[in-house]
Amino acid sequence: MANHTLDITNEHCPMTFVKTKIKLAQIAKGDTLEVLLKEGEPLNNVPKSTSEQGFEVLRTEQVEGTTWKVIIKK
Amino acid sequence: MTNLKKLSIIVFSGDFDKLTAAFTLATGAAAVGYEVNLFFTFWGLDAIKQKQGRAFIGKDWLTKLFGFMMGGTRVAPVSRLNFFGASGNIFRSLMKKNNVATLEELIDAAKVLGINMYACEMAMHILGLEKKDFIQEVKDVLGVATFLELSEGGRTLFI
Repeated sequence: MANHTLDITNEHCPMTFVKTKIKLAQIAKGDTLEVLLKEGEPLNNVPKSTSEQGFEVLRTEQVEGTTWKVIIKK
Repeated sequence: MTNLKKLSIIVFSGDFDKLTAAFTLATGAAAVGYEVNLFFTFWGLDAIKQKQGRAFIGKDWLTKLFGFMMGGTRVAPVSRLNFFGASGNIFRSLMKKNNVATLEELIDAAKVLGINMYACEMAMHILGLEKKDFIQEVKDVLGVATFLELSEGGRTLFI
């Protein structure tokens, strides 16, 4: 179970990345964040860009249909 | 060796749609780890004024009139199909309806993300503007030489 959750399934570019980045800035080091997102651009790029910025992507799994969740550790 | 990603945008236009494009690119780039510099010049300066909405900001009657006519992001015209100013509000309602960030939300996000904002010294001089007329996030007033230094080694766009 992650320490924090963020639902960006209703967001569009660039707010998908922006909200993830802002949330990651707010949580404590060592905490985990569960991000709910849609297939396509968010799923392709949110895990990639967060890991490029030094965060650890622990898991990516399908929730249902086109909705996925990504667990990120700060 | 650090591989710094950097995007610098010269924000020349004060048009609603072009400002939206500039702030979309800027916030998106900052969110994926880019260092972002926004250099506001000419009509673009309208977007970073502290007093948004129509206000007589300027040094003399002519620059004050310009300040009033430009009127900030809330009345920024659209570059095509402006319909005498109605289009900005039409776009705003379409953006809200489709859950796309509005220009004001993007500017707020740019502030939170710590995007570097700079104002052009020469255009400020023409339009009778001072640093105190801008939002506090505007870090500095610059000329071409400093902008080139800041943007070196990254990508630069003119919008």
